Amino acid sequence: MDTTITLTVDGERHELTVDTRTTLLDALRDGLGVYSPKKGCDHGQCGACTVLLAGRRVLACLALAVAHDGAEVTTASGLGKGDDLHPVARAFLDHDGFQCGYCTPGQICSAVGMLAEADQEWPSHVTEDLDAPVEIDDAEIRERMSGNICRCGAYPGIVDAIREVSR
Amino acid sequence: MIPFAYSRPGGATEAVEAVTDDPGAVFLAGGTNLVDHMKLGVASPTTLVDVRAVVGAGIEELPGGGVRIGAGMTNSELAAHPVIRRRYPLLSSALLAGASGQLRNMATTGGNLLQRTRCVYFQDVTTPCNKREPGSGCSALEGHGRDNAVLGASDQCVATHPSDMAVALLALDAEVHVLGPAGERRVPLADFHRLPGAEPERDTVLEHGELITAVELPAPLTEARSAYRKVRERASYAFALVSVAALVRVRGERVVDARIAFGGVAHAPWRARRAEEVLRGRPVTETAFRVAAEAEFAEARTGRDNAFKVPLAVNTCAAVLRSLTGVNE
Amino acid sequence: MNGEVTGTVGTVGSGTRTGAIGAPMERLEGRAKVTGTAPYAYEHSFEGALYLHPVLSTVARGRVRSVDPARAEAVEGVRVVLTPWNAPRLARTDDREFTILQDDEVFFRGQFVAAVVADGPEIARQAADLVVVDYEAHDHEVDPSSPDRETYRPSADDTGVEPDTEQGDVEGELAAAMVRVDQTYRTPREYNNPMEPHTTVALWEGDPDRLTLYDSTQGVHVVRGTIAEVLGLDPELVRVVSPHVGGGFGSKGSAHAHNVLAALAARALPGRPVKFALTRRHMFSLVGYRPDTRQRIRMGAAEDGRLGVLVHDVMEATSRAKEYAEMSGACTRMMYAAPARRTTHRLTPLDVPIPFWMRAPGEAPGMFALETAMDELSYACGVDPIELRVRNEPERDPETGLPWSGRNLVECLRRGAERFGWRDRDPELRAHRDGDWWVGTGVASATYPRLTMPGSVAEIAHEQDGSYTVSIGAADLGTGTWTALTQIAADALGCDTASVRLRIGDTDLPSASVAGGSSGTSSWGSAVVAAARAFREEHGNEPAVGARSRAGTPENPDQERYALHSFGAHFAEVRVNADTGEVRVPRMLGVFSVGRIINPRTARSQFVGGMVMGLSMALHEEGVVDPRFGHVVNGDLAEYHVAANADVGLVEAEWLEESDPHVNALGAAGVGEIGIVGSAAAVVNAAFHATGRRVRELPLTPDRFLS
Repeated sequence: MDTTITLTVDGERHELTVDTRTTLLDALRDGLGVYSPKKGCDHGQCGACTVLLAGRRVLACLALAVAHDGAEVTTASGLGKGDDLHPVARAFLDHDGFQCGYCTPGQICSAVGMLAEADQEWPSHVTEDLDAPVEIDDAEIRERMSGNICRCGAYPGIVDAIREVSR
Repeated sequence: MIPFAYSRPGGATEAVEAVTDDPGAVFLAGGTNLVDHMKLGVASPTTLVDVRAVVGAGIEELPGGGVRIGAGMTNSELAAHPVIRRRYPLLSSALLAGASGQLRNMATTGGNLLQRTRCVYFQDVTTPCNKREPGSGCSALEGHGRDNAVLGASDQCVATHPSDMAVALLALDAEVHVLGPAGERRVPLADFHRLPGAEPERDTVLEHGELITAVELPAPLTEARSAYRKVRERASYAFALVSVAALVRVRGERVVDARIAFGGVAHAPWRARRAEEVLRGRPVTETAFRVAAEAEFAEARTGRDNAFKVPLAVNTCAAVLRSLTGVNE
Repeated sequence: MNGEVTGTVGTVGSGTRTGAIGAPMERLEGRAKVTGTAPYAYEHSFEGALYLHPVLSTVARGRVRSVDPARAEAVEGVRVVLTPWNAPRLARTDDREFTILQDDEVFFRGQFVAAVVADGPEIARQAADLVVVDYEAHDHEVDPSSPDRETYRPSADDTGVEPDTEQGDVEGELAAAMVRVDQTYRTPREYNNPMEPHTTVALWEGDPDRLTLYDSTQGVHVVRGTIAEVLGLDPELVRVVSPHVGGGFGSKGSAHAHNVLAALAARALPGRPVKFALTRRHMFSLVGYRPDTRQRIRMGAAEDGRLGVLVHDVMEATSRAKEYAEMSGACTRMMYAAPARRTTHRLTPLDVPIPFWMRAPGEAPGMFALETAMDELSYACGVDPIELRVRNEPERDPETGLPWSGRNLVECLRRGAERFGWRDRDPELRAHRDGDWWVGTGVASATYPRLTMPGSVAEIAHEQDGSYTVSIGAADLGTGTWTALTQIAADALGCDTASVRLRIGDTDLPSASVAGGSSGTSSWGSAVVAAARAFREEHGNEPAVGARSRAGTPENPDQERYALHSFGAHFAEVRVNADTGEVRVPRMLGVFSVGRIINPRTARSQFVGGMVMGLSMALHEEGVVDPRFGHVVNGDLAEYHVAANADVGLVEAEWLEESDPHVNALGAAGVGEIGIVGSAAAVVNAAFHATGRRVRELPLTPDRFLS
C-alpha cells in the first residue's frame, strides 16, 4: 500500500512515495539514493543503519518510513558543514577508527548522538552513581557505543576518537 | 512481510476501537520488536495502529509517593528521568542494561512489556513453535536449549521472557494501566505476564484491543538498597542468561524485607516470593542468601543445555545480596 | 596476461625514495567512508533497478518435487519467479556451489531453490514467502560427532598441502617421553560475518551478451573467472566492479552461489540491474564459514620441556556438496623443534553448507589448539611458557630443513614480555583476586606464512597533469589497499603520493590475485614495483604524456630457498567473575614480526582488528547446528555473538623494525591474518591462570567457569 510522505534528510526536503512496509532505511537508500546509512542486519542487531532523528540516534531499519512522515533525519553525510568534516568524523580519520568503513557512518551518528545524551546527563549501564554528574571515560564510551558492531575490530580506534572529541 | 494499512488515531479510545474492530490490527509504538517480527514473518498484521502520539510519554508524581509512567515514554527517557534515577534506581539500572542506546531511544515502556521471547525457534518460521503456531510443536524442548526456561515452563513451551525493565518493575510491585473496549482496568505486573501452560501463544493477560496506557509504581520501599545485575554472554548488547533485580532492607544485621525478581529463567519475569520469605528475618550471611536463592530454584527443571542457569541464578542472587548488604564472601 | 615482465627480487623502484613507505598516511578513501559516500556494491547509481529475494531449502537433504510460483507471480510488481525448471541453463555444472537452479537436488538446508525478482524489495520478499516448494526429504547427517560418521583424507590438490606428514620415530618418542600432553581441542563453526552482507547487482546487456556485476568481493578477477566459466561467457564479456568492500575476512574471497543466481536473474531480465543483497540470515548458509574442528594434540617432552615429539591430528567437517579443508595442523609442522612429529587431517562429509575461508584458515583453529597445548606442557613441566617456547625454537624449518628468511618469534616473545610486565607474573593458579574477579595472564605464539601469489599485473601511465595512473584489479576490504599501494607506487616511481592516481577493484584493470592469505600487499605491491621499474626503464624520468608500462608480480626464487613465515606473540589479561563465570579481557598485547610495515596506521588496525576477532573467537563465537533440522539456529547477529565495543579493552599492537629481503622487493609481508592467530589461545591460557580451569572447547561462555 503506497503512501506519500515527506522527509527532511541532511537539511534537504524530499517528498516520496513509499510502501507502508518500507523502513526508513530503505526509504533513504532505495527511495532517495541516500546510502550513507548502511544495512548490516536489517533487524536492529548491528547499528550500521544508525541515523539521528531530531537529534536522537535511532535504528533506521526498525523504523517504518510511514510512521516518520515529516521527520528530520541526519545521516553521517550531513553532519559536517560544507567541506568541513564533523569533529567526530575528523577524529575517526585521525585515529583510524575504522577499516572497511561499512559500519562507520552508523558509528559516527551513534557517537554524535551519544555525546549529546551524555551532555544531557543521561547515565549508562556502567555509570556507578546514577545521582552524580555523568563523566565520559573509556568504559562509558565502550558501553554507550556497544550498539554498533564493528567486525573489523576497530573499537580501540573508535574509543580513541570519541575520547578526543568528548574532551 | 504482507502489505498492511497504517493509521494514526487521534486518541487512545479511537486507537482501541480501531484494533478491537479489526482482528488483523495491532498497535505500533517504537516498533523495535514488532517490525523485526514482521520482517521475519513471525507477526503478520494487516493494520498497524500507531499509538505513539496517543499514550502519555511523561512521568506524573502521585500523592502518596508513587509515580505514573506514560506507556509511550522511551526506555532511554525513562532511565534518565531524575525522579526514576533518584527514587527507583533499580528501574534505571535495568533499563540501561537492556539493548543499545539506539534501541532504547525507540523502544517504549508499554512496548517493552509486550516484548516477545528471543527463543531461536520462535524467530525462525521454518521450524515448529507452539508460541508462533499453536499446535505445531516445541522445537526448543529437544533442541538448542541454552536460553530455555528453568521455572514454570510447560511441555508446550520453554521460552523465556527477554525484558530487563519488566524484571525491575516486578520487584517494584508495578501495576499496568490498560484501556480496552470495556474501559480501563489495572493489572498488577505480577499477574500481567503468563506462564505458557497450554496456551504459549499468549504472553500476557491482555485481550485483543487492550492498550497499555501507563505503568504505575507505588512509593519506593524506604531504607532499601537495590541493584539490577544482568549476566550475559557479551559485556553489552546481549540478552540475559540470567538477571536479578533485588531490593533489600536490613536492620541490625538482619533482613527486614527483600524483593527479588529474576529474568531469563521463565516465560515471565519471575518474582522470587519463596526466596523473599526465606530471607525475611534472617541474618545477613552468604549462607542465608544462598539458602534463599536455592529455595526459589528447588523445583527448577533443566535440560542438557540450560542446567547451568540454576547455579548461575543462585550465585548471581547471592552476589547481589552480598553487595547490597556489605557481607564479605 | 600474467608475468609480462618478470624480474628478480631486488629493492623498491629505480626512482628516488620518497619516504612514502613507512609513513602513517591517512586512508585515501577515509573521507568518503566517514561520510558514508564511498559506494559499496549496492550503492552505485542504477536506473530501473529490480530486486531479488531468494527462496531457501527447508530440508537438509532431498529433492525438490515441485515449485509452485503461482501465488508469487500473482503479486503485483513481480517480474519473474525462477525455479529449477525455468532458470536459464548453465554451461558448467560440475561445481555444486555454482550449480544454481539446474536440478532438483538439495544438498543442505538453506540452499537456493527458487528466487523472485520484483519492482521493489518489499514485493520481492513478500512474493518469495508465497512460493510453495514441495520436497522429498531424505535422511540427513549434520552432526560431526555422531559415532558412525565416515571420514576421509582430503586431497592435496585442493589445498596445495599434503594432508599427512610424519618425521622421526613418533611412537618411540611418545613412549620414551618423561612428560606428556594428550588432549583434544574443539572449535565450533565460526562465521565471518562481514558488516556488509554479500551483495551483487547484476546487469545483463544482450547482443552481444555482456554481464556486469557490481559485487562485494576480495577478488574481481576471481569472480569474473568463475562466473564466465559457469555461464559459458567469454571472460572479456564479464565485468566485475568492486571499489569498496565492507569487510570479508575470507568469505568474499571467491564467487558464491548468490553471484550465479543474480546473473541468472539478470539474464532472464536483460537491460535491468538486478540487486541482490543477502540478508544476514542468508549468510549463515551461502557464503562459507569456518568448519568445526576437533584436534587431538600429543606432546612428549623431556623434564626441561624440550619436545621429543609432536602429533597433531585434525578432524574437520566438510560439505558433501563440495569439499573444503583447512590445514589446521600445518602450523605444527614448523612451529617448534622436535625429532619426531606427525600431522594428519581428516574430513567428515556432512549435509551442511559449504565451508570456506575465514581469516587465517587453518592457522586460527590450529594455533588455538597447539598454543593451548604448549601452555598445558608448560604447567606439566613447570617451565615458564615463554621459556618453554624459547627452548623449543628450531634453527631451521623442521619439515623442509630450509633456513628461515627471518624467524623472530623469540624476540617477539621477549619484547612482549617486557612490555606486558610478564616478569612479575606469579604462575600460581587461581591465586589472584580483585574483588569478585579472578585475574590471570596468558601468552601464545602466532605465525602465518609470508605468501605471494602469482598472476598480478600493474599498469602505470603518465597523465597530462603530470600524475601517474596506477591500475591493478586489487581489492580494499578495509585492509588499506588504496593507501598502501599508493605509497608503494610513489616510492617506486620516485614521486609524491599526491601524484599517484590508483585504480583498483575492476576487471577492466589489469589482473590481480585475490585479497587473501595476507598476500595482497606483497603480490600487488610487487607488481606495482615491477611496473614502476619497467616504466622508468622504458620512459625515463621525463616521460611523455601517455607513456605507459605494465609488469607482473615477479617470480621469487627465494620462495624455494627459504622458509618464509611471519611470527608474533600474544599476551592477554583475563578476569573471570567468581560468581557468574563471566570472562572479561581488559588488556591484550601483540608483538609481530612481519617484515617491513608499509603503513603503520593501517597495519596497526589490521593487527588490532585480528586480535579483536581472536578475542571474539575465544569468548563468543559459535554457530549452533540443530541436528534435527540441519541448520544453524542462531543465525543472526543477536544470537551469534561477535565482540561488541564493551568486550574490548586495551588492545595494543607493535612490531619489530625489520625488512625481509627474501620475501619480495618491498621486504614486506602481509598483516591481515596474523593478529587472529594464537590470540584465542592467549585468552584461554590466561583464563586458566586466573581460575585453574582448563577449557579446551571454544567459546569461553560463563557456564564453563561456574562452580
